[in-house]
Amino acid sequence: MLEEAQTLIQNLALLECIQCGRCTGGCPVSLKTVLNVRRLIYDTLLDSMSVDTHPELWDCTTCTTCSVRCPKEVNPAELIVGLRTVLVDNGRLPPTVRDALKSIGIRGNPLNMSAEDRAIWADDLDVPRILDEPAQALLFVGCTPSYDPRIQPISRMLVKAFRAGGEDFGILGEEEFCCAHEARRMGEKEMFEGTVEMYEEIFEKADFQRMTAISPHCFNTFKNEYGVDFPVEHYSQVIARLIKEGRLELKNEVKLKVTYHDPCFLGKVNGIFDEPRDILKAIPGVEFVEMDRVRERSLCCEGGGGRMWSEGTNVEERLASERIEEAMDTGADVLAVACPFCLLTLEDAVKVGGYEDRLRVLDVMELVTKAMEA
Amino acid sequence: MVNRANGEPAALVIGAGIAGMQAALDIGDAGFQVCLVEREPSIGGRMSQLDKTFPTLDCSSCILTPKMVDVSRHPNIELMTYSEVEAVAGEAGAFCARVRQKARYVDFDTCTGCGVCQQKCPKRVPSEFDMGVGPRKAIYTPFPQAVPNVPVIDRENCIWFQRGKCRVCEKFCPTGAVNYDQEDEFVNVEAGAIVVATGFDQFDATRKPELGWGQYPNVLSGLEFERLVSASGPTAGKVEIEGVGDIKDVVFIKCVGSRDRSIGNPWCSSVCCMYTAKQAHLLHDRLPDANVTVFYMDVRAFGKGYEGFYDRVREEGIVYRRGSVSEIYKRKGRLVVRAEDTLSGQPVAVEADLVVLATGLTPRADAAQVAEMLGLRQSPSGFFAEAHAKLRPNDSGVAGIYLAGAAQGPKDIPDTVSHAKAAAASAIVLLSRMKRSQARQTEPAQAEAVVAV
Repeated sequence: MLEEAQTLIQNLALLECIQCGRCTGGCPVSLKTVLNVRRLIYDTLLDSMSVDTHPELWDCTTCTTCSVRCPKEVNPAELIVGLRTVLVDNGRLPPTVRDALKSIGIRGNPLNMSAEDRAIWADDLDVPRILDEPAQALLFVGCTPSYDPRIQPISRMLVKAFRAGGEDFGILGEEEFCCAHEARRMGEKEMFEGTVEMYEEIFEKADFQRMTAISPHCFNTFKNEYGVDFPVEHYSQVIARLIKEGRLELKNEVKLKVTYHDPCFLGKVNGIFDEPRDILKAIPGVEFVEMDRVRERSLCCEGGGGRMWSEGTNVEERLASERIEEAMDTGADVLAVACPFCLLTLEDAVKVGGYEDRLRVLDVMELVTKAMEA
Repeated sequence: MVNRANGEPAALVIGAGIAGMQAALDIGDAGFQVCLVEREPSIGGRMSQLDKTFPTLDCSSCILTPKMVDVSRHPNIELMTYSEVEAVAGEAGAFCARVRQKARYVDFDTCTGCGVCQQKCPKRVPSEFDMGVGPRKAIYTPFPQAVPNVPVIDRENCIWFQRGKCRVCEKFCPTGAVNYDQEDEFVNVEAGAIVVATGFDQFDATRKPELGWGQYPNVLSGLEFERLVSASGPTAGKVEIEGVGDIKDVVFIKCVGSRDRSIGNPWCSSVCCMYTAKQAHLLHDRLPDANVTVFYMDVRAFGKGYEGFYDRVREEGIVYRRGSVSEIYKRKGRLVVRAEDTLSGQPVAVEADLVVLATGLTPRADAAQVAEMLGLRQSPSGFFAEAHAKLRPNDSGVAGIYLAGAAQGPKDIPDTVSHAKAAAASAIVLLSRMKRSQARQTEPAQAEAVVAV
């Protein structure tokens, strides 16, 4: 039924699937929607797949738990991306997703913000531009950290911390545009491929040895999908290193009970669990507590895979609400995060639940900055 | 250094689990000398850790201990326990192995096995035999039916060896058998044939962190549950876990660490479907009111009587749900098992008080070193490689060295025994040839007559 079925079967090795269900079993949204990726694989294999009868395809957050856990190394997450690509190619996608993709294509960000304003967050900071002067590291800011007023201060804090730690870095400034990690996962394969080509040219022109990304999503795509020949790190890896090497001193006491939420693209997909924890534990005065569902079992905040711009088929239950309940159960004052999407979705859940006086959601950098202030 | 065998063709069997013991018994019964080396303080191997065995529900110790006694009394078997083969040289017909006999700090001939030393010892540590589910003392025999029934002192945890105090065992020993001055001894063993029966290890479930083993006290590995449910185990077979209340809902999870490319263990461990069925049966027997669910991808009941056993277990009310478990977390004090019931197409979050993981069989942690020592090849899985998958399952790549039991690949007990007997047969063929060749050398005239025929 689906023209593209054979290509998907071949490219994604779907024939290896033994239908064990570990994918759907671990899917964070499978308990609240009818999304069943195992069934999607089966239908594709039996050639009974019809993309039009699966609106739940847009519920997927692309947390990639399914692919990480598959015992036969099939890649169920990529099937969902592949099916979305078929839908997008035929113009059949939710309006909000369509708008986000249009915005990325036209303005270089999904937020309908002007491309010229990309570097406004750094206005008075005098951050060197990597295309003008060489530096050790390219700091890739990302769309949300560039434009979202809740996240912009965090980008600024990172710049100040890097400077305090003696990091040699630069940014692309107005030349930066969306990395297309989410665009690809929303079905815009061509846009992603075009973006990779454009960045290839830019990286040729710029002089740097490594990249640091603020968002785990940008980090994931540059590290694993772009095929670049330089090391790519998440900011938590750099900050943890600066602290360990004694280059960034955390002198102020921050008397807070803090718990940490592992973002999907930092944690279970890329195995970076310890660095953010090392940072938090190095802050004097912080009492660090763990939730139960941590590390490989961290509960997806539902921000990825285009979900920042799409509520999905079940608007009543949000995983973020479940997650902050768990954070509050630890007695923590602060739920620390290291991803802009996690921060926005979890903070939103705090607001919706009316828990502002019980729990604060803060980025790791916000806590570091408290410990750094003179 | 003492030479053994006195010129008689002899075999060296490395490992005294059921495979090694069976091989040693057959070779010994054939009239050849056997040196059986075991690195644990007692022989018995994995079978001694099991409660009941599938499909007959035979008590493992009950069928094993007579063999253990036979081995210890056999006129042709020289048993070296708490000993390790450290180096092997030579070739088929003329191997020489250096064996380290580790110091027990207890004199073999004087000890009567009364057990008072173990009772009085003040130092308690987790028992390796009980997979950490229960304790042992610093001076200990691993289990009550140990052969030989002579304890060893674990230096690392002995208060005398570590801090220069105590010596309570020596004080209470009625025959003065404790001797802290013993040292490891080395023995050279000459053998014409070697049988490798070094067994297997259990999959380390910390490699599957999403299942919570090691984090939750009520998520147990296969062998941990086996020790818990064993009559001779730390709770005398009661299914009780400290800190966990009434056990009403139990989930068994199959294929943990097996059939899993994502962690580099693509093989099927062969026995887990059956041992899970057995464990579910035992659980039901101890806790008849508990709800027992088995989450599976497949059910492999391939041996004689196995399908019938699988039927029986389901008839007892144990529910089989098809779906590979993805993760386990805790909510409001109870374990939550996340999976999809693939037959009904429903994702599930099943609450449980106890979860048992069917941890698979892996090669021993030191398999690579043993392979190097003996010149063996390893299969991609790490188990020792047979010379031909179908027709030569016991031959290793080295002439004169034969593989017996799970060291060559996961097996249940019947297949292990068959495999071991086959390895013994190969060793006997070699040793018989040696014997005939020796006879020909001493009596050339008679030998020529034999050859002519």
